Amino acid sequence: MSAGPNGSPPGNGTPMDDGCGSKPVAIEVQHIVKRYGDFEAVKDVSFCVAEGEIFGLLGPNGAGKSTLIRMMTTLIPVTAGKAIVAGHDVAKDPDDVRRTIGVIPQALTSDQDLTVEENLSIYAKLYSVPRGIREKNIAEVLEAVDLTEWRDAQTKTLSGGMRRRLEIARGLVHNPRIFFLDEPTTGLDPVSRMAVWEMLNKLKSTRNLTMLLTTHYMDEADKLCDRIAIVDHGKMVALGTPVELKNSVAGANVVEVHFDREDEEWPARLEKLDDVTSVLPEGSGFYRVITRSGSRTTMQIVELAASLGESLTSLSVQNTTLDDVFIHYTGRQLRDEQVKPVFTMPPRPGARP
Amino acid sequence: MNRMFAIIEREMRKFFRSPMLMIMSLMMPILQLVIIGNAFGGKIVGTHVAVVDYDHGPQAVKVREAFDAIAVNIKTFTTIDYDSEIQAREDVRTGKIDAAVIIPAQYSRRVYAQDAPELGFVVDNSDLFTSASLEGEMQSLVDAMNAPQIQDRLTKAIALEIVELYPYVNYLKYLLPMTVALAMYISVMIGGGMLYIDDKARGVHEGYLVTPITKFELVFGLNIAGAIKATLSGISIAVIGSLMAGLGVVFHPVIMLQVLCLIIAGSIAFNGMMFLLMVRVDDPLVPRAMFGILNVLLLYPSGAMYPTSSFPKWMQAIGVVDPFTYVIHGFKSVLLKDGGWVAIWYDLLFLTAFGLATLFLATPLFKRTL
Repeated sequence: MSAGPNGSPPGNGTPMDDGCGSKPVAIEVQHIVKRYGDFEAVKDVSFCVAEGEIFGLLGPNGAGKSTLIRMMTTLIPVTAGKAIVAGHDVAKDPDDVRRTIGVIPQALTSDQDLTVEENLSIYAKLYSVPRGIREKNIAEVLEAVDLTEWRDAQTKTLSGGMRRRLEIARGLVHNPRIFFLDEPTTGLDPVSRMAVWEMLNKLKSTRNLTMLLTTHYMDEADKLCDRIAIVDHGKMVALGTPVELKNSVAGANVVEVHFDREDEEWPARLEKLDDVTSVLPEGSGFYRVITRSGSRTTMQIVELAASLGESLTSLSVQNTTLDDVFIHYTGRQLRDEQVKPVFTMPPRPGARP
Repeated sequence: MNRMFAIIEREMRKFFRSPMLMIMSLMMPILQLVIIGNAFGGKIVGTHVAVVDYDHGPQAVKVREAFDAIAVNIKTFTTIDYDSEIQAREDVRTGKIDAAVIIPAQYSRRVYAQDAPELGFVVDNSDLFTSASLEGEMQSLVDAMNAPQIQDRLTKAIALEIVELYPYVNYLKYLLPMTVALAMYISVMIGGGMLYIDDKARGVHEGYLVTPITKFELVFGLNIAGAIKATLSGISIAVIGSLMAGLGVVFHPVIMLQVLCLIIAGSIAFNGMMFLLMVRVDDPLVPRAMFGILNVLLLYPSGAMYPTSSFPKWMQAIGVVDPFTYVIHGFKSVLLKDGGWVAIWYDLLFLTAFGLATLFLATPLFKRTL
């Protein structure tokens, strides 16, 4: 596990390591920077993605995830540094990069007026897939995303989850080696989200795809990604497997305690307890206490409250989650960030409902 | 090249899948033709004119008989008898009647004595169109009464013989060229302007930009599709509008070919102009905010409705570089005057050159990245 940009982690740090080791590299990002005037949207980020890996960029809205993915997919120019995708420099050989990648943008951009097949066919033509192979590819990707029976349906008749699956099929229609997905499940209901995760896992194994996805869902990153880079304010603050990241937070458990009465002394009192590594006030007497020993800290909290004549509303012990990892490295909670609603194409003027 | 055709295919499929959009882009210019054609081309009828007769002599009766003849024939106005000139003036001012004729006392005697007889005509000149029409009728009536009963042996009056080169052109026919041009412009405005920016804002272009399509293929794909849509729109309105206006010449094979060439050249010009205007725009509100004024800025200086010779120099200068000018001149030349290729070759040349120039100017401005 590595943490912190340029080897200077905010917590316990180990020197920066790209994490690919001796594995073949699909994507390599070296000290990449993106500036808009004086504003630095991406600040000296480096990482690599091994072939066949699902790599997640986790961070709140505005963290720089989409900017990073857009630089890697040739959509915006790189200000400084280098991004190598499938062996091609995105700045020098953008067309070679484009031929090897599939991209699923954040917005649902398939044409609502066209059928599922027409959408796929147009994109296959944009990638110059020969006519004979085109038909075969369309049939295969429709099968892969379970939309074969919707082949002739107009896109506007599909549900949100089905439209996202169509977007995924569209990105695969030219058999890319590397797949970029920008917040692939934003705006989907829990069932559709899980269906998309399942499908991505299946695609990874059946097509030997390398995937890089951005997300602000902790559970998505945890369940789907082999490795995760946490991005905040344009910087990469941590990088590792979900297990490594969780282990990197000092303390194995989280005790959630809710006191009947809020008191500004609570954080200081809790921090003094044995094994406690950090205390996160969440308002109205609610605290998340990260500790090396959940059971011992629980007992001590009960004793502390009793000795002060205070009472507890609730008390629970949990394992460390990626939420705690995120808080540990960024000092704030991801769930506090305003979640951007997914952009769906508004109906076209004059289009039939 | 296949990638360019994929863009054209996508645009055309979308166009044909939106029947309401097609209908609206065709119906609006047709409605405009019907409404404006009838609004401007109609004659004034049924106005009310007060007659204040202080004379009551035989010549006053002659005037009143002439009014009655107008009322039952061309029906420009009917008369209402008033006793007081003051009341008649007041009623004209308040809009109860449209004009008042005052026949002064001693009018008949002055006519017989050839002592400069006069009729008074009070008219509401805040309504230029109605007042001009009533003044015209009154002037005709007065001229008729001035005609001598017994002609001189040697006629001194010089007659002006008017030779009209073309059959009577009513306003519907006169406005047809503007209507066809407007249909093409609206098609370009919606397809090449609004939908282009909407697609950009929805992220559709982002989808294109991650494919290996070149800037040239993308720009020309979008513009060829836009020009095809405008051409289809122009052809439809040229046929429907000609039938409505009673212009059968459009079905003559040579004229049909000339009209088609003008529609294609005009579509290329409009589309190139629109693409140049929109190439760096990202905000979907911009085209919506701009198209109303752009319509006025381009349509009026073109001479579509009023002759350009009556415009100030700066407006005439706009007309020189305005593609509407050449589209409308071309259509008028072939549809109303049967001017042939010699009358439209410069229009075709200008429109094609204008379209290609704007397109080649816009291509380097088009960003291949976001």
